[in-house]
Amino acid sequence: MSADEPKLLETKGLTKVFGTLFANDKVDFDIRPGEIHALLGENGAGKSTLVKMLFGSLQPTEGVVEWRGEPVSIPSPSTARRMGIGMVFQHFSLFEALTVAENIALSMQPDVQTSQVAERARELSNQYGLPLDPYALVGDLSVGERQRIEIIRCLMQDPSLVILDEPTSVLTPQEADTLFETLFRLRDEGRAILYISHRLEEVQRLCSRATIMRHGKVVDICDPREETAATLAARMVGAELQDIRPAPVSLDAAPVVLSVRGLSLAPDNPFAVALKDINFDVHAGEVLGIAGIAGEGQGEFFSALSGEVEQLPTGGKIELSGEDLSALNISERRKKGAAFVPEERHGHGAVTGMRLTDNMLLARHKSDQDSFQSGGGLGVIVRSAIRAATDRVNAAMDVRKGAPDPNAGSLSGGNLQKFIMGRELDRQPALLVVNQPTWGVDAGAAGHIRQSLVDLAASGSAVIMISQDLDEIFSIATRIAVIAKGTLSEPTDAAKMSREAVGLLMTGQAADGGQVAA
Amino acid sequence: MRVELTKRSDASPLFSIASPFIALLLTMAAGVIMFLLLGKDPITGLYTYFVQPLLDTWSLEQVLVKATPLALIGIGLAICFRSGNWNIGAEGQYLIGGAFGAAIPVFLPGVDTWLLLPAMVLMGMLGGALYGAIPALLKTRFGANEILTSLMLVYVAQQLVDWLVRAPWRDPKGMGFPGTPSFPPGGQMPKLWQYADAHYGLVLAIVLAVVIWFVLSRTMKGFEIAVLGSSARAGRFAGFSAKRMTIFAFCVSGALAGLAGIAEVSGTVGKLDDKLSLGYGFSAIIVAFLGRLNPLGCLAAAFVLALTYIGGENAQIAMGISDRATRVFQGLLLFFVLASDTLIQYQIRVVRPKPDKPSQTHQPHSGPIQGRGSGSPQGKVIASAGQTEMNA
Repeated sequence: MSADEPKLLETKGLTKVFGTLFANDKVDFDIRPGEIHALLGENGAGKSTLVKMLFGSLQPTEGVVEWRGEPVSIPSPSTARRMGIGMVFQHFSLFEALTVAENIALSMQPDVQTSQVAERARELSNQYGLPLDPYALVGDLSVGERQRIEIIRCLMQDPSLVILDEPTSVLTPQEADTLFETLFRLRDEGRAILYISHRLEEVQRLCSRATIMRHGKVVDICDPREETAATLAARMVGAELQDIRPAPVSLDAAPVVLSVRGLSLAPDNPFAVALKDINFDVHAGEVLGIAGIAGEGQGEFFSALSGEVEQLPTGGKIELSGEDLSALNISERRKKGAAFVPEERHGHGAVTGMRLTDNMLLARHKSDQDSFQSGGGLGVIVRSAIRAATDRVNAAMDVRKGAPDPNAGSLSGGNLQKFIMGRELDRQPALLVVNQPTWGVDAGAAGHIRQSLVDLAASGSAVIMISQDLDEIFSIATRIAVIAKGTLSEPTDAAKMSREAVGLLMTGQAADGGQVAA
Repeated sequence: MRVELTKRSDASPLFSIASPFIALLLTMAAGVIMFLLLGKDPITGLYTYFVQPLLDTWSLEQVLVKATPLALIGIGLAICFRSGNWNIGAEGQYLIGGAFGAAIPVFLPGVDTWLLLPAMVLMGMLGGALYGAIPALLKTRFGANEILTSLMLVYVAQQLVDWLVRAPWRDPKGMGFPGTPSFPPGGQMPKLWQYADAHYGLVLAIVLAVVIWFVLSRTMKGFEIAVLGSSARAGRFAGFSAKRMTIFAFCVSGALAGLAGIAEVSGTVGKLDDKLSLGYGFSAIIVAFLGRLNPLGCLAAAFVLALTYIGGENAQIAMGISDRATRVFQGLLLFFVLASDTLIQYQIRVVRPKPDKPSQTHQPHSGPIQGRGSGSPQGKVIASAGQTEMNA
């Protein structure tokens, strides 16, 4: 690729306004054939809006899109596909009960035979190193294989531009490597690839150019290979990020805070994952990172620790500082000094239609009963005390809000997460269990949240952090364990763990005695 | 030009208060159309329905008599609906409450002490609570839809009470009319003043409305109801049990419906007869929503609904309008209340398609779809994005 090669796609002054918000503000962007171009930015920087306009699912308020040098309008995704723009979404839209070929055929013209589709899919899968059986049922396939279906479905249209949205967020490091090889092959054929990601190391490895967005504007276009992850992140956030370092602990000396032995939990619905014989200890002063790809039992593991499950675990023992928690519900566990931050903010960690003060009461009405309630058994709510605690949390966590006591739903994801996290930290819990602490949170807030986890551990508490983000795990965990198919690997010192080792555990190889999840 | 509903970032305080009044105005506007279609003078019609009952003391008192059960049931339903449980069977709980309370004077015919009425009232509440517990248990144990089961149990209760007053409990000296013997003086709810029809059930309703308003807005129980009503999962995170709440909410709303039943039996009629089921349990659903699920609001809403009953009777006599027009009015009211509540969370915006914009530049080879440029309706765009799970 060279700079004088004609541009495949170019936007000039592209603007999208929602109400008073400029989601995209005069965006000038271009991509050339044969390049892998990164689109970088925090959540809410305007990446999705830009891509949706390029793929025809949003219409610009102002500005021009040029395709091969000519101004075009892209009224719908089907038009985009016909022009030669393909997209692989972060969330798949596949029917589990149908075969690979049938799923692909569904997105094509009605007169196309499934057998022809299967044959073409097999050709493409061989050509691009994406092993896939066209007659396999989607329900039986791994997440990585499902992504291959989406990629092949996209390649069926022979696109000149392929847009990939956070493609590695669901993949193990090994699966990601396979994907990268495919992307290089596509690039070498002269196709343009627009790669949306917040994983800076991947971007540096893959991309020759990066467009960085912040607050709806393009703030920089650079060659990511000539940058460091830190300089790229600084441009995304608009400030230098502080490096987070976990406080070193010597585990032999530190007392065990939480001890889990033989924890098993039967699934309570057909889609739940069973937990099988989980054993581990967490010491005072450490952050235990629990890695794993999505849907391997993290949610069930969290509920078993928090006590939210309807039925009690079928076996095993959960001890907090020597006290048995197994038979206690979530309120009683909180009173013993445990605190919990679930993955889902809306409707789990917080009620979106309620004010922040009510959401303060939500998780702390029992642990702070003495100050939050009066009137003896009547349970009269003491608003002033709740208000004071809420103000304290908002100040400590720098929660940005538009009103003194707004509805939780009106806060941005990052600010709501900071509030939920601060609500628990404010209690100085002996144990904090947090699931996906920075999921969908902008980089600034994520740094703040991670730092607060490290600080809590440094003050002598134990932290269990379940996360799908390996960067996050490696940046703050003292020890690392991996959850796969409902079993937990032996926690190991983070310093002794490599990404490759964690990746192998994530595929469930160790747990299944060597059986490879394709 | 098209009309769009956009979600507000926060509930509108203005429309939280205004929405019931908007609903009332719209109901009256629809009433004008109804009267015109019926060939009646709309001004006289509305006057007869909504103003005349307020002008003479007798009508006004009848309004209070009818407002009493409506308020009691409506307050109970407000608790239940706030918690996300849909009790449609208050009419049945009202009937069973009346029958349970009446059972004491029926089985202890000679007894007449000051304890009789309190015992009847407690029995009535117990009966309503037990009958309300049936759909609650069916829901928590078997996942049966409480809307269907509670509604169907109304018909069971109607048949049951009808059978009681015609066969085992019928007054032998009642000249063959269905109904129990009249209760002794100690089993009658005292009237508010001499020769009045309005009874102390109204006082009970007002006291309970204030107490329950306090519980809902100021205590942990009210908070628990609100949390479970908006998200069962967040409720579980808070340590609340959705199943226990279902049973609690049905029992409380059943008890209040049962109280309304025994108040009606002991205060208005003085015995259990076959005319107890007047549809109060269903009208109270409208009371609950018109009162914005607030117990104090329910008091006011019960008054409005009672007005339509008395106004309907007046209109039937004075204008020859069928009493079914009352049902139509009540139905319209519920319709408009639910519609107006949309304005609390959403605002109406009129969107004009913008004239030529740069992005609508003509593209030679996209002929058939060209016209849909950026003027294409937002709804359409959202639909197609949803299909491909555009969550970038």
